[in-house]
Amino acid sequence: MGRGSYGFRKEWSWYTLVGVAAISMTALAALAIVGLTLSLLGHFTLEGLPHVTWEFLTQPPRNNNTEGGIFPAIYGTVLLVVLMSLMGVPIGTATALYLSEYAREDSALTRWVRFGVNTLAGVPAIVFGLFGLGFFVQFLGKGIDRIFGLELVWGKPAIIWAAATMAVLTLPVVIVSVEEALRSVPRHLREAAFALGATRWQTIWHVVLPRALTGILTGSILAVSRGAGEVAPILFLGVAYSLPELPKGLTSQFMELGYHLYVLSTQSPDVETTRPLQYATTLVLLLTTFALNLSAVLLRLRLRRG
Amino acid sequence: MAPASPLQVKIRTIELNVYYGYKHALQDVTVDIYANRVTAFIGPSGCGKSTFLRALNRMNELIPSARTTGRVEIDGINIYDPEVDVVQVRRRIGMVFQQWVPFPKSIYENIAFGLRLNGKPSKAELDAVVEHSLRRAALWDEVKDRLQHSALELSGGQQQRLCIARALAVNPEVLLMDEPCSALDPISTAKIEELIEELKHDYTIVIVTHNIQQAARISDYTGFFYLGRLVEYNRTRELFTNPQKRETEQYITGRFG
Amino acid sequence: MIFLFIAREALGIFTAADTAVGSQPAATSELSPELYGTESESAAPEVYNPDVDFPEPEAPAGPAERPVAEPGQGTPPLLANLLSTTWQPVSSQPKYGILPLLVGTLKIALLAILLAAPIGILAAIYAAFFAPRWFREFLKPLIELLAGFPSVVIGFFCLMVLASIVQESLGTTFRLNALVGSLGVAIAIIPIVFTIAEDSLSRLPRVLWEAGLALGAQPWQVVFRILVPAATPGLFAAVLLGFGRAFGETMIVLMASGNAPLLSWSPVEPVRTLSATIGSEMGEVVWGSLHYSVLFLLGLLLFVGTFLLNVIAEFWVRRRLLRRFQGTTAAL
Repeated sequence: MGRGSYGFRKEWSWYTLVGVAAISMTALAALAIVGLTLSLLGHFTLEGLPHVTWEFLTQPPRNNNTEGGIFPAIYGTVLLVVLMSLMGVPIGTATALYLSEYAREDSALTRWVRFGVNTLAGVPAIVFGLFGLGFFVQFLGKGIDRIFGLELVWGKPAIIWAAATMAVLTLPVVIVSVEEALRSVPRHLREAAFALGATRWQTIWHVVLPRALTGILTGSILAVSRGAGEVAPILFLGVAYSLPELPKGLTSQFMELGYHLYVLSTQSPDVETTRPLQYATTLVLLLTTFALNLSAVLLRLRLRRG
Repeated sequence: MAPASPLQVKIRTIELNVYYGYKHALQDVTVDIYANRVTAFIGPSGCGKSTFLRALNRMNELIPSARTTGRVEIDGINIYDPEVDVVQVRRRIGMVFQQWVPFPKSIYENIAFGLRLNGKPSKAELDAVVEHSLRRAALWDEVKDRLQHSALELSGGQQQRLCIARALAVNPEVLLMDEPCSALDPISTAKIEELIEELKHDYTIVIVTHNIQQAARISDYTGFFYLGRLVEYNRTRELFTNPQKRETEQYITGRFG
Repeated sequence: MIFLFIAREALGIFTAADTAVGSQPAATSELSPELYGTESESAAPEVYNPDVDFPEPEAPAGPAERPVAEPGQGTPPLLANLLSTTWQPVSSQPKYGILPLLVGTLKIALLAILLAAPIGILAAIYAAFFAPRWFREFLKPLIELLAGFPSVVIGFFCLMVLASIVQESLGTTFRLNALVGSLGVAIAIIPIVFTIAEDSLSRLPRVLWEAGLALGAQPWQVVFRILVPAATPGLFAAVLLGFGRAFGETMIVLMASGNAPLLSWSPVEPVRTLSATIGSEMGEVVWGSLHYSVLFLLGLLLFVGTFLLNVIAEFWVRRRLLRRFQGTTAAL
């Protein structure tokens, strides 16, 4: 054993330096992301918080959006996401149910549906807007008008079509979370139900769905939070620059928080004076989406534990 | 099976204990492992034999909850000494895993990897070591025409021999083998066993196996682990023909395991 | 029920494309009605075409061809117009040159991915291999938080803060330009790049890591010489998907990139992207007009672009990743 006598001391080489440099670079990138996120948060909190007042939250905008509050925008956003959930969640849940309970994993149909869901998730939001305009407004809306002989009631941009478009947009989010929830329902529960002679549908209705309820809720909340933050798809689907009153029905125009921020910061006649309003709007929008996200995360944690 | 060279202690463990969290996985193992011999450790799964092997090149440190006490001396130096560089330890004590893991690179690059870690060897040097290591691992003739092909194209047995060649390329003194044949077919297993016979002239080989016959075939010394303790350790022939402990006898005669 | 889902998917994916194409001939016919005669009847004023009505999954094979094939029947002006270098849809002689928009879109997306990919991937490497546990536990929710920022808010941040910083530090002529826009888009896509990269890195077999260390490699050597190369397909997918998202991002570029359809590759001049054009002009356009159809064509371009990126990322990259590991994973 001629080579055995040296020790195990650390051998210094310039490779050590290369290593330190490489690791520092990765750490730096991670810190950059942390810094960026925290400064975004800090900036909007500091600039926005002083201007979020009770009046701001409850009053309609006045004087061409330069004064007053954002109540119609909050109301419009809430209405939009509620309508969206009413349309999107049942369909998303049904698709997820099909994928995880009925479909055979390797069938061509399942693959296509899955591929469709993936593709849907990657399509730019603005394209959904076009789809909404082309399909919901021009085809469905005009079609309804024609059938009932109405004079341009449904066939124009309106909150119902905006919500429907959002529902399609958020469908992948719903499907993925619900599927995850369904998969977390233990197999033996299902088998126990089948063993009692329950049909597949009875098993799903009485055993699987109740257990997956949290997951469905999580999916809906995530979808809502995504929907509340998206502006691009509704740009030309009935969102309004400024409305003194609240939307009256499904075919009304509406205000929306994100769009309001866009309008205030780029389309307003006097961008400088409305700056406090802009920051306050941003903060309200951020708090809404984050509160929704947080509750989804907490729900999911509970789901994973239990 | 009569080694010509005189017995010389290569590895000595003294009251080695390993804990995984609250689990006491290895209890007070004190043993001498001799240079240029094949030493096999056998025992039922979960008995601590793999833990023991991984303690010999400080691989257990990769498991966050693992804690080690006691000494492992290589040529008289305790490798758990704070002054010791773990990288140096692992360069001198090579390891072959149960699950062969060629890197997703070419056959050539797999072997060259270890050499490139500390400097830039010349092409000629690399070529020489690659060929030498592959020859030592009895793989050269099978792969010499496709050195640049992906290592993942090789069969399981070839991949495992490639992993042995890769370990040999960094010129270690000790070769630790963690059930190297347990996922191989009989023919590949025979090849690797032949290889181990061959390699012990230059290396100290420690092998962990749950295949009792294999230990009997290839090893000079055998240790039997049970429930985290080294129950018995002796010359292989002694241990198999005349076990001193009841558990050993029961295990090698196949009464549990 | 199954049909419902399929119809749903098919509609979501294909109708936008069909609408764009379906309305194309209608619009073309308005340009030169005398040449069209019969066709202008079928493609009458009402914009909802039979095409929209029953979107066939196979239809998209056609659309890419049709607008191009159309001019062969006597409308070279439109094709020439589309490929010209000026975008002036609202003027006495509307010009629909989509080149500046295409260049603008690519410029923004390329700049954004150039900024976001190194940061996202390096941070993912840190999180997957080097970071202490507590930092990882802290970083992941933080990234989700960043991903949760609505793009209109990021656009607003660019408009208010980044634009000034960029102008002061680089002394650019225009306050809102491509660089500001792509910085914003980079912020928006960092979470995507990070998440996919981190996922593909931490999914590598643990044995690779151990085998590298057992050869006496330093941890960073194992990471950069074995693990990162082994995960290249996944990292590539991360970049592709990030690029796809940057390609279609609307609100940030609409707010922060100046919105001037200039044909220029300079990063400090204002640009306008496909998405921003749709976003800002669709609200005011006359339905059924040529302008309207051209906007839908832009949407089709966006859709096809992101669709292709997704398909590449999904199939090609996943398959390569699988093949790379079938040796190891099959036996695991």
